Amino acid sequence: MATKAFQKIFTKITQITKATVSLHAEDVGYGELATIQGQLAQVVKIIGNEVTLQVFGGTEGIPTNAEVVFLGGAPTLKVSDQLAGRFFNSFGKPIDGGPEIDGVEVEIGGPSVNPVRRKQPSELIATGIAGIDLNNTLVSGQKIPFFADPDQPFNQVMANVALRAKADKIILGGMGLTNDDYLYFKQVFDNAGALDRIISFVNTTENPPVERLLVPDMALTAAEYFAVEKNESVLVLLTDMTLYADALSIVSNRMDQIPSKDSMPGSLYSDLAKIYEKAVQLPDGGSITIIAVTTLSGGDITHAIPDNTGYITEGQLFLRSDSDVGKVIVDPFRSLSRLKQLVIGKKTRADHPQIMNAAIRLYADAANARTKMENGFDLSNYDERSLAFAKDYSSEILAIDVNVGTNEMLDETWKLLGKHFKKEEVGIREELVKEYWP
Amino acid sequence: MAAKGKVVGIISNLVVVEADGAIAQNEICFIHIGDERLMAEVIKVIGKNVYVQVYESTRGMKVGNTVEFAGHMLEVTLGPGILSKNYDGLQNDLDKMEGVFLKRGDYTFPLDKGKKWDFKPLAKAGDTVEAGSWLGEVDENFQPHKIMVPFVFEGTYTVKSVAEAGSYTIDDVMAVLTNSKGEDVQVTMTQKWPVKKAITIYKDKPRPFKLLETGVRTIDTINPIVEGGTGFIPGPFGTGKTVLQHGISKQAEADIVVIAACGERANEVVEIFTEFPELEDPHTGRKLMERTTIIANTSNMPVAAREASVYTAMTISEYYRNMGLRVLMMADSTSRWAQALREMSNRLEELPGPDAFPVDLPAIISNFYARAGYVNLNNGKPGSITFIGTVSPAGGNLKEPVTESTKKAARCFYALQQSRADGKRYPAINPIDSYSKYLEYPEFEEYISERINDQWLDKINEMKTLLQRGLEVSEQINILGDDGVSVDYHVRFWKSEVIDFVILQQDAFDEIDAVTPIDRQEYMVDKVMDLCHKDFSFESFAEVGPYFKRVINTLRQMNYSEFKSDRFYNYEKELQETLSEAVV
Ligand SMILES: Nc1ncnc2c1ncn2[C@@H]1O[C@H](COP(=O)(O)OP(=O)(O)OP(=O)(O)O)[C@@H](O)[C@H]1O
Ligand SMILES: [Mg+2]
Repeated sequence: MATKAFQKIFTKITQITKATVSLHAEDVGYGELATIQGQLAQVVKIIGNEVTLQVFGGTEGIPTNAEVVFLGGAPTLKVSDQLAGRFFNSFGKPIDGGPEIDGVEVEIGGPSVNPVRRKQPSELIATGIAGIDLNNTLVSGQKIPFFADPDQPFNQVMANVALRAKADKIILGGMGLTNDDYLYFKQVFDNAGALDRIISFVNTTENPPVERLLVPDMALTAAEYFAVEKNESVLVLLTDMTLYADALSIVSNRMDQIPSKDSMPGSLYSDLAKIYEKAVQLPDGGSITIIAVTTLSGGDITHAIPDNTGYITEGQLFLRSDSDVGKVIVDPFRSLSRLKQLVIGKKTRADHPQIMNAAIRLYADAANARTKMENGFDLSNYDERSLAFAKDYSSEILAIDVNVGTNEMLDETWKLLGKHFKKEEVGIREELVKEYWP
Repeated sequence: MAAKGKVVGIISNLVVVEADGAIAQNEICFIHIGDERLMAEVIKVIGKNVYVQVYESTRGMKVGNTVEFAGHMLEVTLGPGILSKNYDGLQNDLDKMEGVFLKRGDYTFPLDKGKKWDFKPLAKAGDTVEAGSWLGEVDENFQPHKIMVPFVFEGTYTVKSVAEAGSYTIDDVMAVLTNSKGEDVQVTMTQKWPVKKAITIYKDKPRPFKLLETGVRTIDTINPIVEGGTGFIPGPFGTGKTVLQHGISKQAEADIVVIAACGERANEVVEIFTEFPELEDPHTGRKLMERTTIIANTSNMPVAAREASVYTAMTISEYYRNMGLRVLMMADSTSRWAQALREMSNRLEELPGPDAFPVDLPAIISNFYARAGYVNLNNGKPGSITFIGTVSPAGGNLKEPVTESTKKAARCFYALQQSRADGKRYPAINPIDSYSKYLEYPEFEEYISERINDQWLDKINEMKTLLQRGLEVSEQINILGDDGVSVDYHVRFWKSEVIDFVILQQDAFDEIDAVTPIDRQEYMVDKVMDLCHKDFSFESFAEVGPYFKRVINTLRQMNYSEFKSDRFYNYEKELQETLSEAVV
């Protein structure tokens, strides 16, 4: 975010709150950036000549005679191929010791794609994780979050997904990342020799929380450059969107806005939608896929953050630890990829939809058997077999440490069905059973 | 002369303007930023200060930017060429916009200026006419699109001349009318109307009573909606609101379908763009897109325009209704519209109602639903708008302001249930909590006994009772265990499962099962109820489930087969054989 010539400088601050500073100033544009004693701030309200700025780093220590410099425009990012392989902070400044980027300066949070120019997503994204590829297949241009409790290894899963997906660019938007997680991502990408495909915008827990509000827009502006200008397929990873939403609520609280559910701002849905809807399949072949993380508190998906997210994204991937097999699995009941219909059985083997549904149905039978068992009722032979199946299915298919090709997942599932059930119990079309029954 | 003004304050998309003349509430204005003109609507006036909501991002706007008032409210342009169009919430033609990205301040004309339409006169010189009278018609995608006396005309007129049959553009003069003062006025094929005002040019609005076939069994059979009726579909995320609405808009027996994608996903609109030009209207065999207009104001498009989008869609619906057509309007999701109202109300620092929604939300919602209905036009011909909205309740909890307000306004309630969706029992409409008030109308009862038969409603009531009983029995089995209840209980439970799997559940993605015409629904209801009336005998409870699973499987195969085809009858025979094994 470069500074421009003819900067307007003011020094008469009239009001300071925890997050905002007001002053008299003229000829200021709505959304314009400013620095207050070197700290970045953005115009959020103008009434007559009174301008209110939201200070990203907080207002601690700002005196009433601080120098306020208006920078003449909204937050920007310089985009060019030089972004590849680099690490930046929330403001788009390099944090990897490398040089500044040369490139075209564009405003972040730019306009939306005209819906009639979008193409229907149709390219499958393979991750090797059967809980995803088999049951919740991802499609490029999709937006989907992991719903996970904070103690689950979502960042590891996401890093794996990113590296295995055949994306031209991977853009990490880290919000409230611990320094350890930040170093973890850096190391994993480095080890995979993938650094030149990766671009990161990182706000760690050491940075002021409000700064992270810029991270998604920074990441997506870089994504749009590669997807629109270079027709590349870009995968954007946003972690953790719950911390992003928390920052929104901090700001709206400090600005005395009326909160709606769970002390979130009333505009939460629109705020999140503006980010997630940047996922797109473009007419010239480029695409932006967004995989996010929304951490839950105690698995509660009715909280305003996961709830609004669910209404926006195209499904969700639910991580849960399965104590029977001692592994973290992708829960087949609560996970859903709404775009999978566009690819399964079309870009994958024809038996995919049927075997997927059959296995989940049988897994549900096991869940019923377990309830019966817990309520002290006798189990039938079928119940016993479905429980044994569930155990195998959980560790061989649903566990997040699985890494195989889609055909092998299908074969493995057939094998498990063959091991535990009779043909007539699986409810799969005759022709398919003939062809694939082990 | 319309007023001018200057920007004096900006809070997100709420802008305060100082105006130099008279301003009307809801008047449109344009704010100039450099060479961009941003459209906005007046929402409050206090002294010289006019509060406007801007339909675009206000980034870069400055105090002192000039404002021109338009002298009218937000209007749509009505005329032939609306069908098959993709509009944004302000009726801009999205296809006419250049580039991949939407540009701020880019407004495009909604109709096609140069296109010629085949006109046939319906009125003749000397006729007395008034607003809404049909002067002639053009063929718009095989629909008789009426050219009407503009709705804003007051009083009566005498037709001086009407254009001869031939081909004309929308701006050609189609008729000259003489008013009571002897002045001549010209009428073209287009007219304008302010979207927030209902078009009430009709003789009367009787209670609606004709079944509107949707092809969805759990609606038509269990809780039917009628031509000119209202309904709403609340449900937590992912329970199937959009899939259900898309299904209804593909299959319903309507002449015109208007879809308002209001603050939802862009990819879902893309799905319509991709599918509708290919798919056929099951009633006419024409392409679905020919009868459809899409208003796309997706969640990433400006929030204030989202609020306008449902009104734009409703006004277009009213326009076609006044041609004597059956219009079906869908809005997905009305909660996003309510949220847009909430955002603005909060910025205006109005006293908040429940969940910070505006206090007058119930009134706004019920006024909107009241624009639907079945009418007799002034020429005696009927026309209708059937309106179905989705509601996205926060946290899936139906005790929230939008659901509760809508429940008071809409006559059909289709509650999507999380557990049904989790169990893949689609469509996930809860058959017991949901209702259709039309079932209580004697007019409807009379109509349906003629359209289907006079025992139909009794049969459906019995079916609902069986579903209710099945639910009770299943709760008891859960508490007492399989062998803690008599075999009879198991049979009762499984009979309700047959109803659920065969009548209620329907595969929206299967070509045949997706749409069930009413005669086929009647056939299957008879089949299932016959079965429910039979007595079965089993040695033990363990036989009941597997047996009925076979029965269900065969009946579902019937659902998946072409009606009355060989395949269909083969499964029916198979069913007969299975039944003879256990029926006493
Ligand atoms: N009738 C159906 N048959 C088969 N699958 C269905 C059906 N209805 C819904 N689904 C499944 O559920 C998913 C979600 O449905 P849909 O998009 O209609 O939900 P929604 O209620 O509109 O959710 P949101 O509130 O988030 O928009 C679909 O992608 C599809 O996989
Ligand atoms: Mg939906």
